[in-house]
Amino acid sequence: MIRLPPKVLLLLGIVACFLLSFAAHSRFLNAYYLDIILGIGINIILAVSLNLINGYTGQFSLGHAGFMAVGAYTAASVTTFWGPAFLRAFGTAKTGGVPVLFLIALCAGGLLAALVGIAVGVPSLRLKGDYLAIVTLGFGEIIRVIFQNIEAVGPSRGMKGIATYTTFFWTYSWVAITIFTVLSLVHSTYGRGFLAVHDDEVAASAMGINTTRYKVTAFIVGAFFAGIAGGLYAHLKTFIAPAGFDFMMSIEIVTIVILGGMGNTPGVIAAAVLLTLLPQGLRVLAGLQIGGHSLRWVAELRMIIYALLIILIMLTRPQGLFSVHGLKPRQAPG
Amino acid sequence: MTEFLQQLINGLALGSIYALIALGYTMVYGVLRFINFAHGDVFMVGAFCGFYLTPLLGATLPHESLVLATLVLISAMAICAALGITIERFAYRPLRNKPKLTVLITAIGVSLLIEYVAQHKKVFGPSPQTFPSLLPSRNFELSGLVINSIELVVLAVTALLIIVLQFIVHRTKLGTAMRAVSFNAPAAALMGININVVISFTFGLGSALAAAAGILYASKYPSIDPLMGIMPGLKAFVAAVLGGIGNIPGAALGGLVLGLVDTFMSGTSFSNYRDAIAFAILILILLFKPAGLLGRSEVEKV
Repeated sequence: MIRLPPKVLLLLGIVACFLLSFAAHSRFLNAYYLDIILGIGINIILAVSLNLINGYTGQFSLGHAGFMAVGAYTAASVTTFWGPAFLRAFGTAKTGGVPVLFLIALCAGGLLAALVGIAVGVPSLRLKGDYLAIVTLGFGEIIRVIFQNIEAVGPSRGMKGIATYTTFFWTYSWVAITIFTVLSLVHSTYGRGFLAVHDDEVAASAMGINTTRYKVTAFIVGAFFAGIAGGLYAHLKTFIAPAGFDFMMSIEIVTIVILGGMGNTPGVIAAAVLLTLLPQGLRVLAGLQIGGHSLRWVAELRMIIYALLIILIMLTRPQGLFSVHGLKPRQAPG
Repeated sequence: MTEFLQQLINGLALGSIYALIALGYTMVYGVLRFINFAHGDVFMVGAFCGFYLTPLLGATLPHESLVLATLVLISAMAICAALGITIERFAYRPLRNKPKLTVLITAIGVSLLIEYVAQHKKVFGPSPQTFPSLLPSRNFELSGLVINSIELVVLAVTALLIIVLQFIVHRTKLGTAMRAVSFNAPAAALMGININVVISFTFGLGSALAAAAGILYASKYPSIDPLMGIMPGLKAFVAAVLGGIGNIPGAALGGLVLGLVDTFMSGTSFSNYRDAIAFAILILILLFKPAGLLGRSEVEKV
């Protein structure tokens, strides 16, 4: 089998996204399915980026929704407050104004989230395990409370009427870029350090690895992509509120990573698809009738099943559903 | 000055509730070295036990009497103790020697399970309920200061429970075993202490205190719902860390400090940032004095 270099694969992926986006936004696909497909893409970005922090580097962040909130609010503010002036100056969709504006907005969101990532990454230098989890959770909540009190972004009522810029092309191009970046980073010579920090921090630092730098790098890269995902989310749903980025959202992303297997990117992607489809599947199931009995109770028990699933997986398969290598990531790829 | 004293009393009452929850976190951390995320939900179940037991027991006993209130409190504590022991037996014990993250995620799963089961319409239902009054509420005026009788009850019950806890931990055989396990579990096991019994006992004790806190909290703020345990639970955890996790007097002190901060913040223009302040305190404490106010720092051996 011919092995293509990752960069070529990335390029091919983006071209494929561009071509597929014509199919996705034509009449073949109704809005409901498109919404689910884009939702899956956003969850993949979130889970793969969190996997860099929680899986490969072995830290435990419960604040990913906070980074996502920073990205969502920043990107939405850029397009809402600055967008009209920008489009007047540079023209609209036909002359390429909208894509440029959206790219600027997304990158602004990602960069600001990365900046916050530094702030959250620094405590991780001194804390581990439970303590780090609770501190990142605290950071996430602080970010949420701050957005709840900024008058310009419609405090707790949320921000309405954000432009719908998120398309299939944008979402899946960023999915491709996220996967490419995380995998290239981890599988590079430099990236061996992430696995070393995960496996044994003391031994790693004894070997001369700057564990501080690796941990902060993981937080910055992870936060950047969470910010991008937030921007995409804001311009898909056109409405964001602080309550949507709470502790539960972080837990959902963590659940995807655990289900897929820590440090197992293909598994995490599969889990993101599975867990995004699960509520829809249960909804369909709840609408069915078997032998005259309505299955509506399935919908009511949906979240209970979800919680039981987390416990059962932890008790029986703590390495994740799709991982065959145990909790530790693969030692050497290929 | 009156304003200050008024807030001080409110803060102490709220703080003593945080202290009761924090004690459960700190004791479990002491013996098992992990954060029991489901603790805040046991607190919620405690409040709902009070909600359902009051009319049930009130059918035969006089309304708003001391006997009824005590009986409701003790029954709720017993039910939650059983719940805590069950959670430990089925969710945490199989993972005793697994990586900490696995246990932490399981704890989050248990917390979600309790919340969602409670929200199911055949259990507690998702909408808020009004907690019945257990004791008559009366306001006392003392030179301009208004003191509610419920706040006095909260303070008295908390003080009593902490004294009982101190007695159990320092004067009974099981309490001594608990301290031994917390100090060095393998050595305690070699000395013939049954670790499983001690851990079950610790969970039962912590959950009973959480149930008492739930009923006191619901008496003070009578609207209860299945998600009411999340914020007090997180704040009590902050309190436990503030005082030095694993340290019983520390948890009580941390709870009082956090209750006071919470109440005084509500009085200022920063009241919207109240929840953020608790976490800011947590982060600062962990960065500058990770052992907490009364904790002793441990040296990590390589």
